[in-house]
Amino acid sequence: MKTRTKLKRGLLPSIFVAILLVALFVIAGVASAQESTGNVTDDEVNAIAKELYCPVCESTPLDVCATQACADWRDVIRTKLAEGQTEEEIKAYFELQYGARALAEPPRQGFTLAIWILPVLAVIVGGLVFARYIRGLRTAPVETGPNTIQTDFPDQNALKEKAETESDTYRERVERELREM
Amino acid sequence: MLADIGYAAIFIAFLAAVYAPFAAWHGVRTKQSRWVQSGRNAILIIFPLVGLACVMLVLSILNNDYSIQYVWSVSSREMPTYLKVTALWGGQQGSILFFNLLLAGFTAAAMARKWDDERAIMPYAIIVASLTLIFFLLMIVFLENPFARIGAVPVEGSGMAYLLNAPVTYVQNLFTRPQMVPADGNGLNPLLRHPGMIIHPPMLYLGYTGFSVPFVFAMAALIARRFNDSWTRTTRRWTLAAWLLLGLGLVLGGRWAYDVLGWGGYWAWDPVENSSLLPWLTGTAFLHSVMIQEKRGMFKGWNVSLIIITYLLVVLGTLNVRGGLVTSVHSFAQSNIGWWLLGFMAFMIFFSIYWVYERRDQLKSDNQISSYLSRESAFMLNNFLFLSIVAVTFIGTYFPVLSELVTGQRVTVAAPFYEKVNGPLFAVLLILMGIAPLTMWYRTSARRLGRMTLGPAVAATLTVVILFILDIRNWVALLGIWIVTFSAMLTILEIARAINARIRSKGESPFSALSALITRSRRRYGGYVIHLGVLIMALGIISIELYQQETQIRLNKGESVAIGDFDMTFRNVTRFPGPDDLMITEATVDLSRDGQFIRSLTPRTELYTRTGQPMTIPGVRSTITEDFYVIVVNFEGTTENAATFRIFLNPLINWVWAGAIVLIAGTLIAAWPDRAEQKIMAGSRAKPRRRYPVGAVTGD
Repeated sequence: MKTRTKLKRGLLPSIFVAILLVALFVIAGVASAQESTGNVTDDEVNAIAKELYCPVCESTPLDVCATQACADWRDVIRTKLAEGQTEEEIKAYFELQYGARALAEPPRQGFTLAIWILPVLAVIVGGLVFARYIRGLRTAPVETGPNTIQTDFPDQNALKEKAETESDTYRERVERELREM
Repeated sequence: MLADIGYAAIFIAFLAAVYAPFAAWHGVRTKQSRWVQSGRNAILIIFPLVGLACVMLVLSILNNDYSIQYVWSVSSREMPTYLKVTALWGGQQGSILFFNLLLAGFTAAAMARKWDDERAIMPYAIIVASLTLIFFLLMIVFLENPFARIGAVPVEGSGMAYLLNAPVTYVQNLFTRPQMVPADGNGLNPLLRHPGMIIHPPMLYLGYTGFSVPFVFAMAALIARRFNDSWTRTTRRWTLAAWLLLGLGLVLGGRWAYDVLGWGGYWAWDPVENSSLLPWLTGTAFLHSVMIQEKRGMFKGWNVSLIIITYLLVVLGTLNVRGGLVTSVHSFAQSNIGWWLLGFMAFMIFFSIYWVYERRDQLKSDNQISSYLSRESAFMLNNFLFLSIVAVTFIGTYFPVLSELVTGQRVTVAAPFYEKVNGPLFAVLLILMGIAPLTMWYRTSARRLGRMTLGPAVAATLTVVILFILDIRNWVALLGIWIVTFSAMLTILEIARAINARIRSKGESPFSALSALITRSRRRYGGYVIHLGVLIMALGIISIELYQQETQIRLNKGESVAIGDFDMTFRNVTRFPGPDDLMITEATVDLSRDGQFIRSLTPRTELYTRTGQPMTIPGVRSTITEDFYVIVVNFEGTTENAATFRIFLNPLINWVWAGAIVLIAGTLIAAWPDRAEQKIMAGSRAKPRRRYPVGAVTGD
């Protein structure tokens, strides 16, 4: 019997507290819902959703994804905006929840920093290789023999251009010599 | 019955593909031309055989033969006939079959040509061509049989075990007939039920398979030690055709996305889009640098590498779409053929590198560069920029795979990355596009270049200043417009100068001068037209990227929203069943500007009731200055008095499509048979026909 009364005594306040809590949550929920539909525009939500990707619909940014899951995600953004969170905070939340793949731009730290460095490296290395190749071509000896047959028929344009180039360089030389006089 | 004929056809085609290289090789070894001819005939027969298989599959789809797994998975009774035909390439197996058809077609066309000039490389061309054919035929015969019956036993195991089990399982399956045939099919993926389906995939596949021809010729010429011969001229038109078709496929894909995907854009840097763009970019680089080889005998190693890279990127692209290496909106069907494609690619990489190394003496340059300021170096800079864009796009596309391998975490690499890194590279490329045609072979003086670019530079600067005064303050836009104006002016002036010269020297009218110029050097003026097309597209891309406006809003009936100069009023919603299993919910909105009614638009959602897949079809008012593009995000409740709309205002988007049309026109000008060239070809063909010169075959 003792235990029962003890139980009763413990039960009643906890039920009371639970009801109170539920009520509070409902009120808070209604309030926040009102706030969210009241203040946050779709455009504000989309502006952030544009830069996020859900893990399911690959290659489709969150703002255009038509699935229900993505609609729910957009609602999360809406709620967080209504709570006064900034764009950075919301993005950080999605990154924490779903990993770096939720971000449109790979973060510039850790391993994913590589994607920002690799292209620059590739262009630099490519540039060096190209420069070397060109220098090699510049100094390569002109071979004579069967290999030098390039075209089956003379290209009039090339000939004309060559003549033009030659006259151009000739004129340049004359002008230079005139200056030096 | 039809299916059995179809399967027999691809099986025989596969045997023919396996036979061809052995016959050709035997012919070379024993100096017997009839064996080479036999190998060639084997290659030629593959095309009609695969064609027969395609006809059988299409007939099965039209006959609603749902005992065939593929027919069941891509079609249904109510589908319109045109979609049933296009369902041939609407799923995994069928599209590989279709890919085979185009590949065999291109190969047959290349093999069927007159070989008088290049008899020596023919056996090698047969061998190289058959490598690709064997692999892709093996795909449909053993791994992805489009004629497999419903209820067929799946092949067990993976890797080597899979390949060993495959034939046994297929033989088993050949004799099993389904117990129960479904009454109706599953239907085609809703995203693919669009008129674009008729043209976009075939164009891309034609582009993809078309690039196998220059690869075959380049490798064959290399192996036969005939690399200095006319292979570049022989393959030029093939390359141009493949390049055009792939480009068309890309543009049509963009247009399709714009019309049905409902996000107001046309290019998302999606992995599959990228993997089609990559071979197009290397192909563009090749079309430029091959001119140096033709005129100056330089860059041979580089050109053959470009062709090899282009071909490998095509295989990699196929791997992306069909093998599921990268995830994409295009991954309509995936399976474990990925590893086979990867293995094939590894083999082709090894094959190509081996022969380039083995025949490196063939690739020595005949000439040297005489000046850093010349047409040659301009082309090299062009190639460097194209290859840089290729490198960036490649890294972006495959980085998620790398990241998953290294860290176990996939990352998203999307539009912002590509725009930031590729944007500046494209900008420099556009400037070069204007200047490069002014340079001359051997050397160009800086003074001459300065003199010719001064006017356009001043004009472009004036344009930008005027735009600045007119309140355009985005410096990226201003820079972009400067570049486009500058290059366009240079190109137009270059054409105008040539016309002027003809008017003065020959007294022709401007129009006949232009047409004379074009017929005299199609390649050059075709190229200029292509450049102008690219510039028009660039202007469209700059304005839509930087000045797209958008808004999303929930409207009750009768309410309006303003965007730009436009007002849109939500009028009405109707719901009605469409063709097939469609349920269409359509909104009617009125569009007006300055209180003046323009027209009504009907954005709608289409629900495929059987699969439950929704489609969002925009309502678009399209003009040369901008597109008003509206989609319905969702209709609410049963009364549907309210709906949420997303509206995009896309400035100059039509310039992107118009530029593409100009580009096509330019390519046709460049590729049109040249009278002078034809005469020379005819001259070489007029030589008395000899029997197959055996010595030439072996290169003795």
